[in-house]
Amino acid sequence: MFLPDLGKYTVPVLGAYAVALLLILILTVQSLIRAARIKRDLAETEERRKHHD
Amino acid sequence: MIALLRRDLALALRSGGGFGLSLAFFLIVVMFVPFGIGPNSATLATIAPGILWIGALLACLLSLDRIFQLDYEDGSLDLLATAPLPLEGVVAMKALAHWLTTGLPLTLAAPLLGFLLNLPAGGYFWMFLSLLVGTPALSFLGTFGAAITVGLKRGGLLLSLLVLPLYIPTLIFGAQSVTLHLQQLSNATAFSVLAAISLFTFALIPFAAARALRVNLR
Amino acid sequence: MSLWEYANPRRFMRLTDIVLPWSAGGAALLMTVGLIWGFFFTPDDYEQGSTVKIIFIHVPAAMLAINTWFMMLVTSLVWLIRRHHVSALAAKAAAPVGVTMTLIALFTGAIWGEPMWGTYWAWDPRLTSFMILFVFYLGYIALWAAIEDPDTAADLTSILCIVGSVFAFLSRYAVMFWNQGLHQGASLSLDKAQHVADVFSNPLYVSIAGFILFFIAMVLLRTRTEIRARRMSALIARERQEAA
Repeated sequence: MFLPDLGKYTVPVLGAYAVALLLILILTVQSLIRAARIKRDLAETEERRKHHD
Repeated sequence: MIALLRRDLALALRSGGGFGLSLAFFLIVVMFVPFGIGPNSATLATIAPGILWIGALLACLLSLDRIFQLDYEDGSLDLLATAPLPLEGVVAMKALAHWLTTGLPLTLAAPLLGFLLNLPAGGYFWMFLSLLVGTPALSFLGTFGAAITVGLKRGGLLLSLLVLPLYIPTLIFGAQSVTLHLQQLSNATAFSVLAAISLFTFALIPFAAARALRVNLR
Repeated sequence: MSLWEYANPRRFMRLTDIVLPWSAGGAALLMTVGLIWGFFFTPDDYEQGSTVKIIFIHVPAAMLAINTWFMMLVTSLVWLIRRHHVSALAAKAAAPVGVTMTLIALFTGAIWGEPMWGTYWAWDPRLTSFMILFVFYLGYIALWAAIEDPDTAADLTSILCIVGSVFAFLSRYAVMFWNQGLHQGASLSLDKAQHVADVFSNPLYVSIAGFILFFIAMVLLRTRTEIRARRMSALIARERQEAA
C-alpha cells in the first residue's frame, strides 16, 4: 500500500478525509446538476418565447 | 399607542387562547421533566433553573404567530401601517402586549413551578427576577420573527426555527443568573448582560420588525 | 469602471464566464496539492500523532464556515442599500456552501476530538459556536425556501441575516462566558509564530487557498444558477400574463 503509516489513528484520519471529501462532492454535484437543469430549462423557455412572438 | 395596547390586551383576554394556553403548556413541560429524568430531588434541583427557563421560552413561542396574523388577515395591519403612529411604535406595543399576556404570567408562575422541581431556596428570587428582565427580550425577538413570517401561510414551524437561535444569548445569561447564584458565585455579569440584551432588543428590534412588516405589506 | 458595474446580471454572467473556469481549476489544483502534500508528505506530530493531518481540512473549512456568513451579511447589506439583485442572489447561493463547510468543520472536529480529548463532542465554546452557526444557516435557508416572491424573500432574508449576525455574535460571547473550553486557540495568526510549525503551515496555506477558490467557484456557479432561475420565472410569469 502506498498509504502513509498513520499508526493507531488510521481510522480517524481516513474517516475525517472521507467525510469531508464526501460532503464537498455532494455540494459540487448538487450545484452542477442544478446549474445544468436550470440552464437547460431557461434555454427551452427562451426558445419557446422566440417562436411565440 | 395606549389605545392600541389596550385593544390588543382586550383581544388577547377575550379570545382566551394565548393567555391560559402558554401557562398550561409551561406547567405541562415542567411536569414532564421529572417523568423523563426520574424523580430524584437532587438531580431536579440542579437542573431546575435551566428547565424553568427553557419551559418559559418554549411557552413564549406558542403565541408568537398570533401577534400579527389576525391583524394581517382582516386588513387592520394595513390601516396601522398607514396610521400616523409609526410602524415601529406599533411593533413595540405589539411586543409589549405579548409580554403582558405571556411573559409576565410565565414569570409569575415560574417560582410556583419551582417547587415542583425542588428549586433550592435561594433560587426563587433570582428565578423571578431573571425571567422578569429576560422575557421581554423573548417577546421582542419573537415579534421580529412574527413580522418576518406574517405573509406565510404556514409560518408557525418556520417561525420557531428563525426565533429559537436568536433566543440563545438570553437563555444562557438568564439561566446563568440563577445557577451562578445557587453555586454561591457572583451573578452580577450574567444578570447585567441579560438586562443589556433586553434593553438592546427594545431599542433595535422595533426597527428591524417594522422594516420586515413593510416588506410583507408591500 | 466601478465594481458596481458587475452588479448588472448580464455583465456578471459575462465576467463569471471567464472567472468561473479559472477559479474552479485553481480550486481543484490547490486543493489536490494541499491535501496530498498534507496527507502524504507531512510528519506525525509528536503529541497528536497522525491526527494532525486532519488540520488541512478542518481549519480551512472552519474559516470558510464563518467567513461565508460575513459574506452573506455584506451582500445582504448591499442588497438592502443598493438593490442589486446579483447581491441578494449571491447571499442565497452562498448559504448552502456555508452549511457544508460548517458540517465539515463539525464532523472533522468530532473525529479529531475523540482520540485527542477522549470525546467526540463536548460543550466547548468553539464547538458550541459552530453548532449555533449551523442553526442560523438552517433558519436562513428555510426562510429563502418558504417565500415565493423573490424580492420579498431577498428583503426578509437580508433583514434576518443582519439581526441574526448580531445575535450569532452575542451567542459566541454568551457561550464563552458559559463554559471555558478544551479547544486550543486559533491555529494560525500573523503575530504568533509558535502555533503551527512550518512543515504543517505550508501545506495548510495551500489547502486554505484551495478551499477559498472552491468557495468562490461554488458561489459563482450557484449565483449564475440563481440568476438564470430568476430570469426563467420572470419569463414564465410574463407568458402567463400574455395568455390571460
